[in-house]
Amino acid sequence: MSTPAKLPRWAELGLLPLINLGVALVLAGVIIKILGESPLAAFKLMAMGALGTQEGIGYTLYYATNFIFTGLAVAVAYHAGLFNIGAEGQAYIGGLGTGLVCLYLGTWPFWLVLPLAVLAGAIFGAAWALIPAWLQARRGSHIVITTIMFNFIAAALMTYLLVNVLIKPGQQSPETREFSSNAVMPAAHELLGKIGISVVATPLNLAFGLALLAAAAVWIFIWRTRWGFALRVAGANSAVAVYAGISPSRIILGAMLISGALAGGLGLNELMGSQHRILMDFPSGAGFVGIAVALMGRNHPVGILVAAVLFGALYQGGSQLSFDMPKINRDMVVVIQGLIILLCGAMENVFREPLAKFFSRKNDGNQMQ
Amino acid sequence: MEIYTLIVLLLAATIRVATPLLLAAMAGLFSERSGIIDLGLEGKMLGAAFAAAAVSATTGSVWLGLAAGILTAVALALVIGYACITHQGNQVVAGMAVTIIVVGLGPTLGLAWFNLGGQTPQLDGVGQRFIGVVWPWAEAAREVPLPGLLYAELLSGQNLLIYFAAAIVPFSAWIFYRTRFGLRLRAVGENPHAVDTAGISVNGLRYQAVIISGVLCGFSGAYLSTAASSGFVRDMTAGKGYLALAALIFGKWKPWPTLGACLLFAFTDALATRLQGVVLPMVGVVPVQFILALPYVLTVILLAGFVGQAVAPKSIGVPYSKEK
Repeated sequence: MSTPAKLPRWAELGLLPLINLGVALVLAGVIIKILGESPLAAFKLMAMGALGTQEGIGYTLYYATNFIFTGLAVAVAYHAGLFNIGAEGQAYIGGLGTGLVCLYLGTWPFWLVLPLAVLAGAIFGAAWALIPAWLQARRGSHIVITTIMFNFIAAALMTYLLVNVLIKPGQQSPETREFSSNAVMPAAHELLGKIGISVVATPLNLAFGLALLAAAAVWIFIWRTRWGFALRVAGANSAVAVYAGISPSRIILGAMLISGALAGGLGLNELMGSQHRILMDFPSGAGFVGIAVALMGRNHPVGILVAAVLFGALYQGGSQLSFDMPKINRDMVVVIQGLIILLCGAMENVFREPLAKFFSRKNDGNQMQ
Repeated sequence: MEIYTLIVLLLAATIRVATPLLLAAMAGLFSERSGIIDLGLEGKMLGAAFAAAAVSATTGSVWLGLAAGILTAVALALVIGYACITHQGNQVVAGMAVTIIVVGLGPTLGLAWFNLGGQTPQLDGVGQRFIGVVWPWAEAAREVPLPGLLYAELLSGQNLLIYFAAAIVPFSAWIFYRTRFGLRLRAVGENPHAVDTAGISVNGLRYQAVIISGVLCGFSGAYLSTAASSGFVRDMTAGKGYLALAALIFGKWKPWPTLGACLLFAFTDALATRLQGVVLPMVGVVPVQFILALPYVLTVILLAGFVGQAVAPKSIGVPYSKEK
């Protein structure tokens, strides 16, 4: 592989992602124009819908919570040199673990249910990542392909469980019964109400706080522990890692278990926080958004938080857009999401090379003076 | 006789399901043997399905629809090529991104152009769909029990794209193993440096490969929206692109075994449809989801190297640059 062109750190972390994002939005604007609406008006509507009201902000952060979990999941695997496309399936199965605790132990006090639900989500998510990880580590099976396959296997398994086993008796739609009230994540407006701040009711809930904690934990883990260092070394160069006495297969297993566990956090927000039951396809693509979030956030927890809020705003703003512009439906959000992944993930070299030339010319000029 | 009819009908269903799978898997074969991971199969198929249905609905000609489908899929393939071949971008990300864009763009354009909630209009006019070609004496042959029914149900009555898909397998095998282009294509996926040293353009070969992949995905997508059904609906590929990728891997990146894998996967699908809600003695209601998950499970088992070995082209996923 060729070494990517060198950029100053601020340009690498700030300028380049902004340029990529800008180009993606311009392309989205062109599409909106083709649809016969004004791009500027559309973006303004989206921004207002997402950030202009308390309700909008609540929904934005609620969506962002899912994306923080899946974004962190993709990032941890990425630091170990692994591309985890299976966050969708891991979140699905992880949510099953959380949901089972809420269904069957949900009458216990909340302070007991919460840690059990977090633990079950993490364990189930990690377990779903374990087989692809083991196959990559010991049998050399390409993890991109196996995690894709495991997404489909997870979907089939969950359909089976919801249709045949977990379904609430006497009901047509494949959903479980509702969780008992002890197993419901406290909503943000209730928590804030207790300390005297009154805000509009939204699905934003305590899981957002847990997602922030997870982000902090990932930062400490990756940059402040021996284990995280070993993970980054193995991800950067597995030959060096072996020479330094780090076992690549242990890194693969460890990184994927953590990755799956993080993806498993999605159920805390989506099921415990909002839906209060297990239902079909509740991750609804958040695992794939996580890839976009990690790519845009440069796999750094702070970047991931920013990118997750941006995507949350995109989702919330998109529903506003589909209300107010009849020619545009929510699918436009998916298009923008895809464009951002394309520009930030696959085409980043397109602008990196000219940018690097620009900076090196500037440096040469400075040296000559 | 009853069981025999059932088997023939099951085989006929297998062929119908296998066709788009096979076309997409062959598309992936060209791309992946040249060293470019083809995760964009799903997106290219879906894009082609939309374009084919939209153009066929507007112009009334299924052939124009097919052309539009091919052009769309090739354009998407070129986006992937530009990102991954010219600019050495991440091939997995590029394929996924294109797929996600198309998943959103199809219904978006569909809503804007046809105002039917993201679908295209029903293709019920004459010449708007690929319909079965009935071979001579098919109806008469149906009366003859064994070979007659096979002739009437399997050989006759299929649409042109199915015959095209059947022909593409030996043709691909011939290209890969009997032509200079095929030799170079296989070489560039294994050792691009050697190909470069021989004075052949690595990027040129890879661009040709992704364009061929686009063309075949165009046929596959057009089959879905203008032959298998009458119009485009949201997410109509429903993971078939990834299933095709699994078939390609299950077929060990070789044309004939890939055909076998497509038929096997299609058969499980046809079987699952047939067994939906059926109560079998001893087993009870068949858990259809497990049959549907079987292709993915089998592919994982194969990748794990427990039954035989699937060896990917050596340089797959590695961007090529001359400097090294």
